[in-house]
Amino acid sequence: MIGNALLLSMRAIRRNLLRSMLTVLGVVIGVAAVITMVTLGNGATRSVSDQIASMGSNLLMVRPGQRMGPGAADAPKFRIADVEAIRTQIASIAAVAPVVNTAVTAVHQARNWATTVTGTSNDYFAAGNWTLASGREFTDAEQRAGKAVCILGSTVREKLFEAENPLGSEIRVKQFACEVIGLLRTKGQSAMGSDQDDVIVMPLRTVQRRLSGSLDVNLIMVSVTTPESIDAVKAQIESLLRERRRIGDSEDDNFRVMDTRQIAETLTGTTRVLTMLLGAVAAVSLLVGGIGIMNIMLVSVTERTREIGIRLAIGALEREVMLQFLVEAVVLSCLGGLIGIVLAAVASVTLAGAMQVPFLFSPSINLIAFLFSGAIGVIFGYFPALRAARLDPIEALRHE
Amino acid sequence: MNESTPLIRLIGLHKIYGRGGASYHALKGIDLSIHEGEFVAVMGPSGSGKSTVMNIIGCLDTPSDGQYLFRGMPVETMSRDQRALLRRHFIGFVFQGFNLLPRTTALENVELPLIYRGHPAAERRAAARAALRRVGLDNWEHHTPAELSGGQQQRVAIARAIVTGPKVLLADEPTGNLDTRTSAEIMDLITALNREHGITVLMVTHEPEMARYARRIVRFVDGRVESDRYAEPAS
Repeated sequence: MIGNALLLSMRAIRRNLLRSMLTVLGVVIGVAAVITMVTLGNGATRSVSDQIASMGSNLLMVRPGQRMGPGAADAPKFRIADVEAIRTQIASIAAVAPVVNTAVTAVHQARNWATTVTGTSNDYFAAGNWTLASGREFTDAEQRAGKAVCILGSTVREKLFEAENPLGSEIRVKQFACEVIGLLRTKGQSAMGSDQDDVIVMPLRTVQRRLSGSLDVNLIMVSVTTPESIDAVKAQIESLLRERRRIGDSEDDNFRVMDTRQIAETLTGTTRVLTMLLGAVAAVSLLVGGIGIMNIMLVSVTERTREIGIRLAIGALEREVMLQFLVEAVVLSCLGGLIGIVLAAVASVTLAGAMQVPFLFSPSINLIAFLFSGAIGVIFGYFPALRAARLDPIEALRHE
Repeated sequence: MNESTPLIRLIGLHKIYGRGGASYHALKGIDLSIHEGEFVAVMGPSGSGKSTVMNIIGCLDTPSDGQYLFRGMPVETMSRDQRALLRRHFIGFVFQGFNLLPRTTALENVELPLIYRGHPAAERRAAARAALRRVGLDNWEHHTPAELSGGQQQRVAIARAIVTGPKVLLADEPTGNLDTRTSAEIMDLITALNREHGITVLMVTHEPEMARYARRIVRFVDGRVESDRYAEPAS
């Protein structure tokens, strides 16, 4: 009986191919949207976690203030003494780097470029997973004296020097000239979406003296030797800093120690929520597509009243007519689902390329979207099918 | 079933449409027996109840009162599905408006009743071809109704009606939409089916020229059988 219904349905669909295709357009778009959104979202999640890995593994970030964002500025900053205390008093640490960031405009000849200067020590490269493409790190003397030397990220290098070799040249930052002694290897986008290579690295003292004008340290990066010791080191840093910052037992911390795993969880959590949200919006369009199918099927039942009358007169049972229309709706919506899957694959690959996120084919979302489109066929096809089956053959045959 | 059991037997049949004051008494006690192999023309002015009685005989409608026995089986107590099965296995319909599926080839139109009967594809195709050959349309299998003349469309409809080998062919004004010459061709075909294949034919018509093909003419007036007589065979 299903086989017969399938045969009859296919013939009916073929008889009205254009309308059938237009009918399924809503489902095609819905399925394509759901799959594309989820696929891109998964890609974004993956790219975020990849980028966090690129920040450096086993990394702890110590920031003043409890949260990132507003309010953080009120908390007292760190001093270089805090960095030294962590370095000397806590075991299982591979590298500790103080970080001060300042926004500047760097100039070389006629070219200038707005970027960020990071004042830090050589430990920054180890902690932040940076390697030098060429040149050298800072010498102890340069760091102690706060000499005007810098290491360029690849974006800054391109913007200021284009094809020239910048090593040994000078760039001007604010009022002073600064010798380029090294170049960083390209790292790409950060988890927050910013360009990690858009940076000029200088010795901490150079930045404090010549740019920020204070002894504050905005951020301390701590690289831990093994992943297992992260939690222990984190606890030690917390108690050390509470002591140094004279925080009473009843008071909350006015700083925060975050590890990359935590950052990764926060950020991938965010992208996952966004993925679900976009997927849900797309699912609504799939639902609208289903209503489109019901609409057309109802019109089709009215328009084909006479045909239904003929079928009933010939001896079709109520349930056979019902099944035919139901199968028609399901075949159409499944067809829409398949076309949508193909469309989504094309769109996902294209958009993933454009958005620079990896294309992660997810069999589960494709399957779910397909089954969902089938279910839509059943749900929205049921009422029109029932209506067709209930027609009175005499009335139906008289219908013009 | 023996020879004396009529194929169709109507006993005191009444049909009332609607209820109360707005009701309409379409059939007022019809008694009629039709035996296998007969060719009966049903005549009468419009509103005389001839279409109503055809719908009841075709198991498309049920009587309000009285009995309808098809091959001795009471139809008036059957469910909608049981009546559908009766139509599927024993009754072929030919309509004034042909009622073919649009945008569907002649072959597929003729195949349709066999699909509902669950015949395998090859058998179905062969039977449909044979039926089309029987009505003289062997070379028109793949044409859609829009590509066929009225007479050809009616032939396809007749092929569809006879492809299942029905006991009775119910024809409602089969020549109503056709010109005189085509009408004669269609009537010749129906007559041949009746004579050569023994298919019982029940035909509604208001044209005396068409009724002349039948061997028996039942005349309806005002919901009653006014006359029922056997005619001389057409020359």
